[in-house]
Amino acid sequence: MIQADLNIILPEILLAIYAMLALLAVVYTGKDKMAPMLTWLTAGVFAILAVWIGISGEGENIAFNGMFHDDAFSRFAKVAMLLAGAAVLVMGADYMQRRNMLRFEYPILVALAMVGMMTMVSAGDLMTLYMGLELQSLSLYVVATLRRDGVKSTEAGMKYFLLGALSSGLLLYGSSLVYGFAGTTTFAGIIDAVGHGHTPLGLLFGLTFVISGLAFKVSAVPFHMWTPDVYEGAPTPITAFFATAPKLAAMGLFARVLFDAFGGVVGDWQQIIALLSVLSMFLGAVAAIGQTNIKRLMAYSSIAHMGYALMGLAAGTALGVEAMLVYMAIYVTMNVGTFAFILSMEKDGQPVTDIASLNMYSKQSSGRALALLFLLFSLAGVPPFLGFFGKLYVLRAAYEGGLAWLAIAGVVASVIGAFYYLRIVFYMYFGEEGDALDAPRSLVQQVLLMASAAIMLLGIVNFFGVDAAAQAAAAALMPH
Amino acid sequence: MNDSLLSLVTFIPTFAALILLVFLRGEDEMAQRNAKRVALTATIITFLMSLFVLAGFDPSDTGFQFVEERDWLMGLKYKLGVDGISILFVMLTTFMMPLVIWASWDVKSRVKEYMIAFLLLETLMLGVFMALDLVLFYLFFEAGLIPMFLIIGIWGGANRIYASFKFFLYTFLGSVLMLVAMVAMFVNAGTTDIPTLMAHEFASETMSVMGVTIIGGMQTIMFLAFFASFAVKMPMWPVHTWLPDAHVQAPTAGSVVLAAILLKMGGYGFLRFSLPMFPIGAEVMTPLVMWMSAIAIVYTSLVAFVQEDMKKLIAYSSVAHMGYVTMGIFAANQQGIDGAIFQMISHGFISGALFLCVGVIYDRMHTREIDAYGGLVNRMPAYALIFMFFTMANVGLPGTSGFVGEFLTLMGVFQVNTWVALIATSGVILSAAYALWLYRRVVMGDLIKESLKTISDMTSREKMIFAPLVAMTLILGVYPSLVTDIIGPSVENLISNYDTALAHGASASQSASH
Repeated sequence: MIQADLNIILPEILLAIYAMLALLAVVYTGKDKMAPMLTWLTAGVFAILAVWIGISGEGENIAFNGMFHDDAFSRFAKVAMLLAGAAVLVMGADYMQRRNMLRFEYPILVALAMVGMMTMVSAGDLMTLYMGLELQSLSLYVVATLRRDGVKSTEAGMKYFLLGALSSGLLLYGSSLVYGFAGTTTFAGIIDAVGHGHTPLGLLFGLTFVISGLAFKVSAVPFHMWTPDVYEGAPTPITAFFATAPKLAAMGLFARVLFDAFGGVVGDWQQIIALLSVLSMFLGAVAAIGQTNIKRLMAYSSIAHMGYALMGLAAGTALGVEAMLVYMAIYVTMNVGTFAFILSMEKDGQPVTDIASLNMYSKQSSGRALALLFLLFSLAGVPPFLGFFGKLYVLRAAYEGGLAWLAIAGVVASVIGAFYYLRIVFYMYFGEEGDALDAPRSLVQQVLLMASAAIMLLGIVNFFGVDAAAQAAAAALMPH
Repeated sequence: MNDSLLSLVTFIPTFAALILLVFLRGEDEMAQRNAKRVALTATIITFLMSLFVLAGFDPSDTGFQFVEERDWLMGLKYKLGVDGISILFVMLTTFMMPLVIWASWDVKSRVKEYMIAFLLLETLMLGVFMALDLVLFYLFFEAGLIPMFLIIGIWGGANRIYASFKFFLYTFLGSVLMLVAMVAMFVNAGTTDIPTLMAHEFASETMSVMGVTIIGGMQTIMFLAFFASFAVKMPMWPVHTWLPDAHVQAPTAGSVVLAAILLKMGGYGFLRFSLPMFPIGAEVMTPLVMWMSAIAIVYTSLVAFVQEDMKKLIAYSSVAHMGYVTMGIFAANQQGIDGAIFQMISHGFISGALFLCVGVIYDRMHTREIDAYGGLVNRMPAYALIFMFFTMANVGLPGTSGFVGEFLTLMGVFQVNTWVALIATSGVILSAAYALWLYRRVVMGDLIKESLKTISDMTSREKMIFAPLVAMTLILGVYPSLVTDIIGPSVENLISNYDTALAHGASASQSASH
C-alpha cells in the first residue's frame, strides 16, 4: 500500500532528493563556483521530469487516503510549471552570474519551491495544501532577498514575507473553520459535508478566508499590494520566476479547492471570484498606465491577467477550468518571452528598467523589437496573436456560465489595458532616437524570446494540442 | 485549384512580406528598390489572381462560392468564400493595393518595414471580406489595426502619435463589444459559421435589462454591439472623430487605404451581419440609424466647409458620403442597398484618388494647408485636370460613378423615409459647395505665392497611377450595371430573407399576444 502511494508521488520525492543531494554536494565542494552548472542541471532535471510526467502519467491516482491526487489536472499544471521553471532558470543564469548574484542556493531553492508547487496542484486535503503552499512560499521569500546587500531586494523579500505570512494566517484560519464545520480536512470529505445547495454559514465563512488567502498568492485585487514592490525589488530573473510558475501553481490550487472541495456550491463562491476578477482586470489595466518601470508595469499586467484567468474559474464549469488552464499556459509563455527581453535590457552593462530606454529600439535591433511587438499585442489580447484566443476562451466560458456582465467588463478593461502595451510599442517604433541599449549577450534569452514570439503566432493554428490536454485536465476536476 | 484559390489570393501578400522580412537586408538604395519591387509584384499578382475569382464567379448563384473549409481550434472553422456582396470589395482591395504601393515610390525611411506593413494589411483586409467564420472575421478585422497603427505612427505627420493611439483605441473599444456579442452567438447558436448564423433565428422576445425594456430583445442588444463596432469603423456621426485625425496624420498611402478600403468594412459588416442575422433588431433601430446618417451628411458637410487642411476636408467629406451608405443599407430595399454598395465601391476609387491628389502636391510642398496653395493650374495643368475630374466625381456629377451611388441610395431612402431623403439631398448641394470651393482655392486664380513658382507638374508615374482610377470612375459612371449585375441577385436574396424574417417575427409576436 505504502509502496503504491510512494510510487504516485515519485516525481516529487525525486526532485526533493535531488535538491538535498545537490545542497550537500555544493556545500562540501565548490560552493558558488558550481552555481552555473547547478542551474543548468536543475533546469535539465525540471525538463526531464516534465517529459516524464507528461508521457507516463495516466488516469487518476490517489495517494495517502486522498491527501494527494495525481490526475490529468495536476499533470497539466506540473508540466507547465516545470517547463516554465526550466526556461526561467536558464535565461537568468547569465544575468546573475555577471552580477555576482548566482549563488548555489538559487537553483536549490527554486527546486524546493517547485516541489512545493507540485504538491499544491496535487493537494487533496487542507493539510497537503498548506504544506505545499508553505514549502513554496518559504523558498520564494528567501529567493526574493537573494541580493542580501541590496536595499530594494531586502525590502521586497521583507514585504513578501510579511504579507505572505498574513495571507497564510488567513488561509489557516479559514481552514480551521472549514475543518471545524465539516469535521474533516480532506476535500472529498468536505464536498460531502457541504452538500448541494445550502452551505452551513461557518463553512461559508471558512471558505471566504481560504479564498482570501489564495487570492494573495495569485495577487488578485484587493490582495495585490505586494506584487508591484516585489516585482520591482527582486532581481529580474527572480521576478520572471514569480510571474510564471508560482502563479500557475496558485491558480491550480485555487481551482482544486473551489471544485474538489466546494464544487457542489458554485453559487456560493461564484460572486466572490467574479468580484476578484473584475477588480483585478480594472486595477491592473488602470494602474499600469502611469508606470515607467517595465517590471512594475509587468506586475500590474500580471494582476490584470490573473483577473482574466479568474474569470474562467468564476464560470464554475468544466469549460471555465479548461479556459483558465489554457489562459495560464498562454500567459506563462508570453511572460517567459517578455522577461527574456527585459533581462537583456542593459546599458553599459547595467540593467535598465525604464521604458523610455527602449526609444527607437526597432532601429537598433529590428528582429527583437518585432518579437517584443508580437508579445505585447498578444498580452493586450489583440488578434491574430495567441493572447486573443486565451481571452476568447475565458469570455466564452464566462458567457456560458451566465456571467455576461463579467465578459463585458473584461473586454472593456482590455481596451484600457491595451494603452500601456501600445505605449511600449510607441517607444520602440515612434519614439525619438536616444542612447542605444547594449547588444544582447545571452543566446538563451534570445532563443526564448524568439521562440515565445513565434508561438504567439504559430499557436493559433491548433494551440499545439494544449486545449485538448486542458480539456482532459478540467474533466478530471469535475465531480464524477 | 478552385478550392483554395481564395486562400491563395489572401496570403500572397503575406508570403511576399515574409520574403522581405527574411531575405532583405540593409537600408541602401538597392535594398529599398528591391523592397518596392517585391511589394509591387506581389500586389499585382494578387490582383491578377483575384481576376480568376471574378471570372469564375456566377452572379446568379446567391450562395457563397469558392468556399473552402478546414477545422480550426475551439470548434471554429477556417472558412472562406465570396458572394455577390463581398466579391466586389475583394476586387476593390486587390485593385487599389498596387496603386497604393506604386504611389509610395518616393518613401525614403524604413522602406522594408513600410512595404511589409502594407502587404500584411492587404492580407488582413482581404480576409475580412472573405471570412465565413465569426471569429476568423474578427481576427482579420482587428488584426488590421496593428499595421495601420504602425503606418500612422511611424510614417505619419507631426501629430502622428496622438492620431495613431486614438485610431487604435477608438476602433478597439468599438469592436470588443462585438466580440462579446459574437461569443453570445457562438454559445446560443452553437456555431460560428456565418452562412448557418444567417439562417439562425436569434431570440427577439421583448425583455427587460435592469429595468429598461428592450424591444426586440437579444437581437436588439446584439445589433447594438455590432453597431458599436461598425459605426466606429464606418465612421458614423457622432463617433467619427478619429477619422479626420487619422487621415491627416497618416502618410498618403495610409490615407488612401483607410478611405478606399478600411472604411468599407463597416458597411460590409452591416450587410453581412446586422441585417441578415438580427433583422428584428435592425428594424427596431432603423429610425435611429437613418437620422444619424442624415445628421452625418449635413453636419459633416458643414464642418468640411471650414477646414483649413485639405486632407481633413476630404476626410469629413468621406464621413458625409458614408452617411449615404448607411442610409441606403437601412432603407433595406433593392435600390437602397444596391446604391449603398455602389457608393462604397465608387467612393473607394474617388476618395482614394482625392487623397492621392493631395499627396501629389504634399510631396512637392510638404504642407496640406489650403492657404499655402492657389493658382496651381498655371504650372500644373495635368494635375488641375485630374483634380477637377475627381472633385466632380466626389460632388456626384452625372457620368461619374459618384452620381449613381448617391442617386440610388436617395431613391431607396425616399420610399422608406421621405424626410430623411429630403435632408440628405441637401448634402448633395453642400458637397458641391465645399468641394468646388476647395478646388477654387487650391487650383484656380493667379499663381502669386512665391514658393509655388517652381512647382512641377505630375510625373508620368503619377499620371499612370491615376489612369486606372479615372477609367473606373468613368466606366462605372456610364455603365453601372457592371456592378449591379454582380451584386443584384445577392442583394435581392438578402432583402427577401430580411422581409421574411420580419414578417415571421411580427406574426410570432402577434400570436404571443393572443
